[in-house]
Amino acid sequence: MGDPLFWHRLQFAFTIIFHYLFPQLTMGLALLIVWLKWRGLKTGEPKYDDAARFWIRVFGINFAVGVVTGIPMEFQFGTNWARFSQFAGGVIGQTLGMEGLFAFFLESSCLGLLIWGEKKLGPRRHFYAALALWFGSWLSGYFITATNAFMQHPVGYTVGSNGALQLANFWAFVLNPWALAQYLHVMSAAVVTAAFVMAAVGAYWALKGLHGEQARINLRTGVVAGLVFSVLVAFPTGDQQGKQVAKYQPVALAAMEGRFESGPFAEINLIGQPNVSERKLDNPIRIPGVLSFIAYGSFSKDVKGLNDFPRDQWPTAIVLLYYAFHIMVGLGTLFIALMGLSTLMLWKGRLFTTRSLLWILMLAFPFPYIATTTGWMTAELGRQPWIIYGLMRTAEGSSATVHGGTAAFTLIGFTGLYFVLGLLFVFLVGREIAHGPAPLHNQEVAHD
Amino acid sequence: MIELSALWFWIVSVMVAIYVVMDGFDFGAGVLHLFVAKTNAERRQVLAAIGPLWDGNEVWLLASGGALFLSFPKVLASGFSGFYLAMWLVVWSLMLRGISIEFRSHVQDLLWRSFWDAAFAAASIALPILLGAALGNVLRGVPLDANGYFEMPLFTSFRTTNPVGILDWYTVLVGVFALVAITAHGALFLAWKSEGPVQDRSAALAAKLWTAVAVLWVIVGIGTDAVNPQVWLALPHRPLGWLFTMMALGGLAFVFYGHAQKRYLLAFLGSGTFLLGLLAATAACVYPVMLRSSLDRALDLTALNSSAAPHGLATGLKWWILGFPVAIGYIVLLFRIHRGKASAAGEGEGY
Ligand code: HDD
Ligand code: HEM
Ligand code: HEM
Repeated sequence: MGDPLFWHRLQFAFTIIFHYLFPQLTMGLALLIVWLKWRGLKTGEPKYDDAARFWIRVFGINFAVGVVTGIPMEFQFGTNWARFSQFAGGVIGQTLGMEGLFAFFLESSCLGLLIWGEKKLGPRRHFYAALALWFGSWLSGYFITATNAFMQHPVGYTVGSNGALQLANFWAFVLNPWALAQYLHVMSAAVVTAAFVMAAVGAYWALKGLHGEQARINLRTGVVAGLVFSVLVAFPTGDQQGKQVAKYQPVALAAMEGRFESGPFAEINLIGQPNVSERKLDNPIRIPGVLSFIAYGSFSKDVKGLNDFPRDQWPTAIVLLYYAFHIMVGLGTLFIALMGLSTLMLWKGRLFTTRSLLWILMLAFPFPYIATTTGWMTAELGRQPWIIYGLMRTAEGSSATVHGGTAAFTLIGFTGLYFVLGLLFVFLVGREIAHGPAPLHNQEVAHD
Repeated sequence: MIELSALWFWIVSVMVAIYVVMDGFDFGAGVLHLFVAKTNAERRQVLAAIGPLWDGNEVWLLASGGALFLSFPKVLASGFSGFYLAMWLVVWSLMLRGISIEFRSHVQDLLWRSFWDAAFAAASIALPILLGAALGNVLRGVPLDANGYFEMPLFTSFRTTNPVGILDWYTVLVGVFALVAITAHGALFLAWKSEGPVQDRSAALAAKLWTAVAVLWVIVGIGTDAVNPQVWLALPHRPLGWLFTMMALGGLAFVFYGHAQKRYLLAFLGSGTFLLGLLAATAACVYPVMLRSSLDRALDLTALNSSAAPHGLATGLKWWILGFPVAIGYIVLLFRIHRGKASAAGEGEGY
């Protein structure tokens, strides 16, 4: 129990990773639901509204878990990262405060309308409710990304007379270039998650021979959105992220690629194991020049290795960081391939009958969750040893008055709570999928 | 010109007070539903009354937290880390409350529903007690050290002298008062929004509960004088304190009048006014102290010595002025859309 910092970090990492499983589906589904409602409004065909109605139910359950797991995140700034909060609250309190006032109120007010208002509101206003919820959840995503971006790349602040950070330039802070790039990447990834989930449900129904029309709508929407957003995730948004890291956190880039020596024609490692004690990469398979190109847009550019940075500036978990980054990029490449192939089959009219591909689509939905989680691990581990890049070290940010044992105790509490919450979530969403889509008129008898 | 830090002190206080009024009736409904709603249909009537509102109400807590974070980061840092375990009890109870409301009606099974009903009640009882005890701690003072931080055991000797614990006779008293007042507030909400047996039972309980509130208010007032005499000493010099105390008294009068006339909306508005007035009057009397030190009054965290820099406060004020009316607008809109007596949705549709 010795080192309180370890427990604070583990608790924060665990609770944020769990929280983020839910908002990513919220944000992605919100967009796809808007799309389905829009199709329904344009064509007047009830099948699109039926599909939207099913996803709105899933959305409701997912949202509820997102809300209850979001509350602890807000508290942890004060409880576990008190010195960080005291130091940075004058700046990041702005975005966190705005998120509450502008985004959370909007989301919580519109959710009920979307779920229970279809009959009351009529098609057009129900579509507007979907639109408002999409807007609210993506606004929420922006404010929190901007908060995180400040920690990655602080701008728009000054150091006040009491030594704490103070807001100096609101717009510079809110429109942090890091936040803009990060936001587009995070949002595209969220739609990828939703698209995979939608395609998986469609594939499951298709394989079971259930709900023919609905299965096809889900497959079509999921596969096409999956392809479009998988491409967007890699290019331009992922590419932009890489360039940004190269520019502002070169030491993180070196660690992400397990690069120890500096030099031109920097290679990208397809495979290899970082060996930190001997400062080399074991068993590499590499393509020269690609890392230089990704980072700086030219194959010959010099890319610095870890050896060029003082040891106390190296990220603290290089091996984990390296694997996290490679898993994300590897999966991203596979996503484009899978969704590209599926779209091709869809175009040829063979998707709904190619059972092997349907099996893959049905089983693929966990992988975007893995990619987003490893993506965040890349961002957050790459930022180490800083909690605010270049300004405050993580070790200086934790609560000084909370003991390791106490933090370990609450972490255990969260582990138990989230285990049960996860089971309940899977159980309830599983029931929805088993019940299948529900037409509007017999909503009352849809369950049991 | 009004000091920015004073303005933010009031913004935070008023937002917290709105949170208590708004989420308070959810808690009250949670405490009461086992007693006033006996059948499944009656339970679902209670849930339908608060179902579309509770999440928005809870956002007031998050929004006031955000306001506190940007204006008085040091108070947030010290208070949250100092009350570490108590904070997590609050959060876990909030989580339990949220999922009990959301998950209960998805499955038509007696055991499933009984479980969530009990969980909903337990969380709703715990929350007002915890939040009340927190207010008690703020009034009594916590052992803030020279760095502006503190740590405290859960309880010591239950006396209000150093070394203090989170629970002592005074903080427990405030916790009980909060529980009774919030339950009474919820009873009037249910009397207003429900009909049939649920309404009758809620109204009958409200009468008893509000008598208890009036009595406990006096007792807590005397207790506060014993623990922190400054609060009452300050009152004669604080016009706002007077104003808000009158507001609380007026609210109380409307509670009893509205209840006697069976005009439950009026009574409910009265109880909201009472809670708002009570909390605002307290804020007026303790200003500028935000966290009182039980060791040395020179170590108090005040609105003056722990606020963020003026530029941040002024910037925050600009968007707050835009956002706050919008947030109030959502409340009005939601109450309008869900006006009339609450009726349970079709089976399986939730709540
Ligand atoms: C479906 C999920 C997904 C997929 C397939 C990818 N990413 Fe990603 N990535 C994320 C989901 C994500 C994320 C969860 O959204 C992160 C975490 C933090 C952030 O800004 O976005 C992220 C972070 C992140 C970072 C770290 C930024 C930092 O250190 O702050 C880089 C450099 C990339 N991404 C680049 C890529 C590239 C070149 C990809 C090529 C295919 C890629 N990502 C695929
Ligand atoms: C956008 C809002 C976010 C903020 C403000 C934020 C902030 C923080 C803070 C304060 C810590 C603890 C200090 C540290 O170890 O550096 C941390 C660590 C961490 N966060 Fe984030 N985070 C955010 C989003 C996320 C998301 C969405 C994920 C994952 C899904 C994530 C993954 C992690 C991980 C894995 C750690 C542990 C890193 C380590 O301890 O070395 N973060 N983050
Ligand atoms: C430390 C970081 C974070 C904090 C403090 C936080 C806080 C919260 C809170 C309090 C809620 C509940 C809101 C309500 O009651 O309506 C919530 C939900 C939400 N959060 Fe987070 N969050 C964090 C990370 C993230 C990240 C990284 C994203 C996305 C990029 C995100 C997106 C959302 C969205 C879209 C919701 C809406 C409800 C849902 O989860 O489905 N959050 N968050």
